[in-house]
Amino acid sequence: MSTIESTDLAVAVEDAAAHLYVWALKDIPQDLRDALRDAMGRETHKVGKRILETINTNVSVADEQGNLVCQDTGIAVFYARVGERFPLHPAQIEIALREGTRRATLEHPLRSNTVHTLTRKATGDNTGHRIPHIHWEFVPDWDGLDVKCVPKGSGSENMSFLKMLVPADGVKAIKRFVLDSIVGAGGKPCPPGIVGVGVGGSADLAMHLAKEAIARPVGTQNDDPDVAALETDLFALLNDTGVGPMGLGGDTTVLAVHVEQAHTHITLNPVAVNYQCWAARRASAHISAAGAIEYDREA
Amino acid sequence: MHHEITFPTDEAAVRALHAGDTVTIQGEIVGIRDATQIRIFDHGQEPPFSLRGAALLHTAPNVRKLADGSYEPMCIGTTTSARMSRFTEGLIRDHGARAIMGKGGLLPEALEPLREHGGVYLAIVGGAAALETTQIEAIEQVEWEDLMPECLWRFRVRDFGPLIVGMDSHGESLYENVQVEARRRLDESIYARL
Repeated sequence: MSTIESTDLAVAVEDAAAHLYVWALKDIPQDLRDALRDAMGRETHKVGKRILETINTNVSVADEQGNLVCQDTGIAVFYARVGERFPLHPAQIEIALREGTRRATLEHPLRSNTVHTLTRKATGDNTGHRIPHIHWEFVPDWDGLDVKCVPKGSGSENMSFLKMLVPADGVKAIKRFVLDSIVGAGGKPCPPGIVGVGVGGSADLAMHLAKEAIARPVGTQNDDPDVAALETDLFALLNDTGVGPMGLGGDTTVLAVHVEQAHTHITLNPVAVNYQCWAARRASAHISAAGAIEYDREA
Repeated sequence: MHHEITFPTDEAAVRALHAGDTVTIQGEIVGIRDATQIRIFDHGQEPPFSLRGAALLHTAPNVRKLADGSYEPMCIGTTTSARMSRFTEGLIRDHGARAIMGKGGLLPEALEPLREHGGVYLAIVGGAAALETTQIEAIEQVEWEDLMPECLWRFRVRDFGPLIVGMDSHGESLYENVQVEARRRLDESIYARL
């Protein structure tokens, strides 16, 4: 039984959130670095290769200079996996993630992007009503907390698509919708990136799942073999379109396709696409019930 | 073909560029974004300095204000251009700008004003802001600070690039070529494999 005060634990979660936001912006994960380097090696199109070389150089320059990989500090999206015996209530976790985002923005300082949607008035600290957005998962019989921060830029987020297909359209129509979406997006979302696809559930759940999908490390596959097969098929099909790096032509249109599925109504067949740019920033931490923070580059 | 151009420049220099060529820029470039262009075109305000011969960059830089009132670059990157396409004709025809730089391309409607009035769209590698920042030697002038960070910026650059001629002044667009080819592949083979 931990004797830690919940205020201390709240501070630990806030510290982790502040660190994760800045860390994610500066140091992209190893799986992504490997994917970008492999793509550069494979690319046969001259312009596409030049772009991938520049992207890889940029990642190194960010390391050397301690600078942000991309200037778009995005909207901070958090993924929280909360053990049922973690001593800090999710209401307090939410406050801590929000405070951490605010603190990182003001202290670094980071560009603030958050505005009121109608008045366009800026908040100045990357927080606002319902922002940052948090995805929750609750884990039985566990006392820990996993937090992942994904700063999501607008160039890729603007390339989000939803379609309520009908069951008679089948998987074929899901594939066609993803293909048409990514070809139509062209160079705008900074390809080659991670295509997140959510299938099933309802309209809102499909897009929620697409956002979960983009947060997975490159190289992971869905546990469900039918879903994994769709990931493999879409990856090959999308890279045959020739859209290429930055939409200027080439062999590498996407680095990965991740699909997440939920069961759905018998008369529904929803599909959502959420794009994540090549600068697919992501950083994670594990926080113990005693408040120990372990940062993780792989998760 | 690769070109090195010092901006500001003249019409002949950009007429020599063809879609697919690469460009490196020396000299001065001008940063603009949505709010800057809305002020110029929708509110009819004359820019405080001339855009004649300029290379314009779609950017909202991360900067730090120093004690003497000047600005130091922190992280300068490039935003998606498509949403600013409608300003192309005014920028080239009325203000004499010669190059628009951004990512993702302007909409096809921008090709005609680029052709008619002599302008090009130069694609930068989007997201590569850490590298781009090292190519900005100084922030020389900032106007319309009330629009921060969408002010009118004048940057001095060295070896700015690589830039790819995405849309030239002869009616050709790499983006359109890629779209046409992708649609052909979808129709002729990819859809049949679903």
